[in-house]
Amino acid sequence: MELGIYSFGNGLRDAHGEYEPSARATRNLVEAIKLADEVGLDFFGIGEHHTEEMPASAAATILAAAASITSSIRLGSAVTVLGTEDPVRVYQQFATLDAVSNGRAEITAGRGSSSESFPLFGYSLADYDTLYAEKLELLMALNSSPTVTWRGTVRAALDRAVIVPQPEGGPLRIWLGTGGNPASTVRAARLGLPISYGIIGGQAARFAPLAKLYHRSADEAGVPADRQLISVGTPGFIATSDSDAHETFWTAWNNTMKYLAGQRGFTAPPRQHFDEESHAGGALFVGEPEEIASRMITFQRQMGHMRHFLQTDVGQLPHRDFLRSIELLGTQVKPLVDAELGTKNPRVAS
Amino acid sequence: MTGDTIDGADRAPVLAILGIGRVGSTLARRAISVGYRVLVAGSGSPEQIGLLVEVMTPGAEPRWAADAVDEADVVVLAAPFSRLHSLPLANLDGKIVVDVMNHWQPVDGDATGIELLDSTSETVAAAVPGAKVVKSLNHIGYHEIEEDARPAGSTERRAVAVASDHPEAASVVLQLVERLGFDAVDAGPLANGIQLEPGMPLFGARLDRDSILSVFAAEQDAA
Repeated sequence: MELGIYSFGNGLRDAHGEYEPSARATRNLVEAIKLADEVGLDFFGIGEHHTEEMPASAAATILAAAASITSSIRLGSAVTVLGTEDPVRVYQQFATLDAVSNGRAEITAGRGSSSESFPLFGYSLADYDTLYAEKLELLMALNSSPTVTWRGTVRAALDRAVIVPQPEGGPLRIWLGTGGNPASTVRAARLGLPISYGIIGGQAARFAPLAKLYHRSADEAGVPADRQLISVGTPGFIATSDSDAHETFWTAWNNTMKYLAGQRGFTAPPRQHFDEESHAGGALFVGEPEEIASRMITFQRQMGHMRHFLQTDVGQLPHRDFLRSIELLGTQVKPLVDAELGTKNPRVAS
Repeated sequence: MTGDTIDGADRAPVLAILGIGRVGSTLARRAISVGYRVLVAGSGSPEQIGLLVEVMTPGAEPRWAADAVDEADVVVLAAPFSRLHSLPLANLDGKIVVDVMNHWQPVDGDATGIELLDSTSETVAAAVPGAKVVKSLNHIGYHEIEEDARPAGSTERRAVAVASDHPEAASVVLQLVERLGFDAVDAGPLANGIQLEPGMPLFGARLDRDSILSVFAAEQDAA
């Protein structure tokens, strides 16, 4: 199974609680990707967000910078909020990333869990479904031919438009990202797209029925088994001792929950809730390396995914702790996972 | 369990769940596991959702939305709030309607095309004047409907509020909530449903019965 990291950017704060320059958070990400490559991780994803708390707004630019100082890690969005993007521009940016990284670019297209990109780019949330459906269709068309003819309602028509650069190694891997709506799973399966699940809380294995739905729907649509790929993103943090991991990540996770609670009007969950979700079975992969390896292996056998990537740098988690967790994931967790599941992608669960 | 009947009939109510997203499918699965007969509907035909239902909510019966409503005693609205007017509202006359939806501004935005009253459930009630609308189960995270369910009497049992202007409808939904695995708390009239909405203290909080009652008591004192 592949292992990796994803991030929305981590707006750090100074001693007075003020945000440090978001430029620094941007450079921190490039440094983290470089380290992830050095320690042998397989994937780094950047999820588009547009806030001081989560400032990674331009994923392809960050990934392109990282491409020039890394050699084998795959680089992708996690996710691109496709409804408020121009798919042509997204495709050009990631095809460019693919060129400068020698074939390591991926796109994960999703709806996004936040709506901040809608006013920012002048779209209406009332058009959410149409924007997403049409733009996904266009993105797939762009990925299947170097000249594209397309007609829809959400942007100007394309008539034999030439798209450059073209990826050299065939179509880009485009994932559909979802937070667990069953209809999204069916959509990805019917379109023959690999699917990426974001599991941010509760019990991780609650997504296993969706994996089954994905394979059943894809089989029904005639998608070959070797194209039915599942990846999973969850929160996660690794430290050398289990108690350090839980104490450190609780602070960061609690900061994020308080931030989101204020934004979205829910009550930030208490420590007990965190403790339940950050131990065996929970969606938060927090602990020392052996524990995390064991939990990842168990979860892989329930879900059948070929990649598991962790969101670590949340809620002002200190950058050095983020880097240390990446290092432990690559140097200590990965060999244990490889020993159990093999370095090749595990067989797709049926 | 006593009282879990419709019109004195000796059977549990048949549930129709409109919407088979995260909330609807989780609720359907949980309701089936505690013995309810459950009809489910998406925005299209039963055939379109056949495989989804077979895998995600085994035992549920797929229907067209209008057919599900007509066959059911209790109708659960689990569609996105912005799609309220695409539901078969005319068929809801006389039905017990459980509104589990939320209008979540940071996620849904303002542009729903729905004129909002003070609370979302009053908005729903205005759209279906012949129905007995009950607000409940919207203030608990969808996966917690399965993960936090506990048998009656458990010390860590979580509570869920039930608000309605129709006492007989409220009583049916109170029983439903209990049977799903939560302490059901009568939260009074439908207008109190505003206390269950995003931004209010009950939303997303794991509270027991006394904590929920104290929120409503404090509200009453303030009024």
